Amino acid sequence: MNMNYTNEELAFRNEVRAFLEEKLPADIAEKVKGFRHLSKEDHQRWQQILSRQGWYATHWPEEYGGVKWTPVQKHIWDEESCRYGAPRSIPFGVNMVAPVIIRFGNEKQKQTYLPRILSGEDWWCQGYSEPGAGSDLASLKTRAVRQGDHYIVNGQKTWTTLGQYANMIFCLVRTNTEVKAQEGISFLLIDMNTPGITVRPIITLDGAHEVNEVFFEDVKVPVENLVGEEDKGWTYAKFLLTYERTGLAGIGLSKAALSHLKELASRRLKNGRPLIEDTSFSQRIAKVEIDLSAAAISNLRIIASVEGGGVPGAESSMLKVKGTEIRQSINDLARRAIGPYAIPFVAEELNLEHEGEFLSDENAAPLSAYYFNNRKLSIFGGSNEIQKNIVSKMILGL
Amino acid sequence: MDFRLNEEQQMLQDTVARLVRGEYSFEKRLEFSETEAGFSVDFWKQLGELGLTAVPFPEELGGFGGSGVEVQSVMTELGRGLCLEPYLQSVILGGGLISQAGNDSQKEAWLEGIASGELQAAVALQEPQSFYNLNDVETRAEKNDKGYLLNGRKAVVIGGHCADLILVSARTSGDTADSNGISLFVLKADTAGIERRVYPTIDGFKGCDLTLNNVQVDAEALLGEEGEASGVIEYQSGRAIAALCAEAVGVMETANELTLDYLKQRKQFGVPIGKFQVLQHRMVDMMSELEQARSMAILAASVADEEQSDERRRVLSAAKNIIGRSGQFISEQGIQSHGGIGMTWEYNFAHYAKRLIMINHQLGDDDFHLERYASLLQAS
Repeated sequence: MNMNYTNEELAFRNEVRAFLEEKLPADIAEKVKGFRHLSKEDHQRWQQILSRQGWYATHWPEEYGGVKWTPVQKHIWDEESCRYGAPRSIPFGVNMVAPVIIRFGNEKQKQTYLPRILSGEDWWCQGYSEPGAGSDLASLKTRAVRQGDHYIVNGQKTWTTLGQYANMIFCLVRTNTEVKAQEGISFLLIDMNTPGITVRPIITLDGAHEVNEVFFEDVKVPVENLVGEEDKGWTYAKFLLTYERTGLAGIGLSKAALSHLKELASRRLKNGRPLIEDTSFSQRIAKVEIDLSAAAISNLRIIASVEGGGVPGAESSMLKVKGTEIRQSINDLARRAIGPYAIPFVAEELNLEHEGEFLSDENAAPLSAYYFNNRKLSIFGGSNEIQKNIVSKMILGL
Repeated sequence: MDFRLNEEQQMLQDTVARLVRGEYSFEKRLEFSETEAGFSVDFWKQLGELGLTAVPFPEELGGFGGSGVEVQSVMTELGRGLCLEPYLQSVILGGGLISQAGNDSQKEAWLEGIASGELQAAVALQEPQSFYNLNDVETRAEKNDKGYLLNGRKAVVIGGHCADLILVSARTSGDTADSNGISLFVLKADTAGIERRVYPTIDGFKGCDLTLNNVQVDAEALLGEEGEASGVIEYQSGRAIAALCAEAVGVMETANELTLDYLKQRKQFGVPIGKFQVLQHRMVDMMSELEQARSMAILAASVADEEQSDERRRVLSAAKNIIGRSGQFISEQGIQSHGGIGMTWEYNFAHYAKRLIMINHQLGDDDFHLERYASLLQAS
């Protein structure tokens, strides 16, 4: 049993810290730490910086421009980049479609798409969920019918995160209706500029435009955009979902949110004293901090087992449930910490360039919206109910 | 023992229910919320014309003589429609403070208008540093030969942007958190020196923060005895807590109905998701929470207009604590039961969810009232 980093790992951590201190733009970090929306340009600027450093594609083999980090190194990167307020990479290209292309795509697809992901030329989004296919993803209905050298795609995808910025979408489509639901699905790469595609915004309860509906009407997709074999898409989709699930626990993000909460509670007053000195509030913070310490160790245990050659299994589902609950509790406390100021929704203060006085606390404006927005954590990436089904089936054999 | 409404009370509740169903569709509410007032001026007028804004006032003003049960009936139905009108601020709090503390000429000047809905009042009792403690008052009122000079800042005044009257608490003596030395003033909206920062609220209302810069009022603006407002504010906040609890029950009822419908309609894996036991049990929990909340709202309504006592304080804090917790449970679990659709602006559930969380931020959250209840615990 040894829970310490090795000297090499400590040296790596210093390197990461030095990089973040030098290269992370202060304006972006400030937005991230204050839970403010990032623009497309903010994401792209940071992506370029990471690409130049060679640290953008951490899941890829080196031959495609990836960086060969151990699971512990990836973990260090995660922790430190969250702590410094670096934006999370938009995962759909670099961490989702790329591993599928690398594993199942042909040489031409690798040559075409991987460099464009690295350079930032392509912004990918994910075409999985449909109005009738959420937790029951395999029931998806979007049809792709082969016609000569093309597929003709008709149907609708939904909850497409940042689809408004994307020029490429990877889609699960039904190519065979004669077989079991899981066996008639294919994995298609589609250019968002193809005629027949319409993107419609979905505004969420916090007033934000983050997700979209994507409609396909007789969309012609070249057959060469099929990944792997026709009707084998479900296998690739499941492969991708394991990538999605790792990291959804968001331990690094929770740690950053917790330190934000403590700062906030030190500034806000209750009966003339800092809120953090209030018995009941400090106990609420203490409880979530204790939960987070435990989850962080669980996370390390999974990482260590992967480092030793194991495969993350249903344990990561358990961690997803715990991790998202913890983050939601921290968001809940941040909203509580501003008391009556949770009520105003001061849109102009969501923008850090806001000139003039802040209504209450510089960091207060986004807190209620962020609390509501993060109710999504227990819904997306496989809802927490689905994660529990996985645990009860895979671990408990129930 | 009989928990049923009497015939008159039932008629009252049915009237409000019909009005809300007819005039307050979800789509219309979104439109009302976008207007300058942030609510429907027409609907507010109708409430007035039907005598509904007069309900808590004495019979000579067209009311029922101040029974919490009638107010409860009105508020629950307004809650079911997520209504945005300033019933709580103007009728319950504004009207209540003037009724209790005002002298004859002040009552004569203001109450008829408030009871008919023609005058709209707002209350400015909170401050940036006060959290939920209404005795934490830094705003100063200095006596001078013309009356009083007010300086300070009041926080989150719902309806304060368009109210005709603003009731402001200010310190005439004592230190920041002293219960003694707080006075109440009635300010006309156009009084010189009132600066407003107006904003929408996250649950669709409108409000503002007020900065008072050398606001000069005459001595007639003082409501009640100088320095003695703390008890009045506490008592009337108690009535408002009971009303808010009743509103919350209406919000929760609708939230649960929407969730239950969704569980029956939404199919995944070939069956309605309501067939899954984990969702059945969650829905049962949501219903039990609502019943807990309903019971406490009834109890709160029954003490709202009783004389002040530790027992009344305990009941009201207990009720607000339960409402805060059950509201959050129903809000969060309802969103979770809906999945992504429960988080969209276009679907009404999300707006019920937001209102429930924000009710917890009005007049003290569950923590605040737990503490208050604990401080009043009886040894045996």
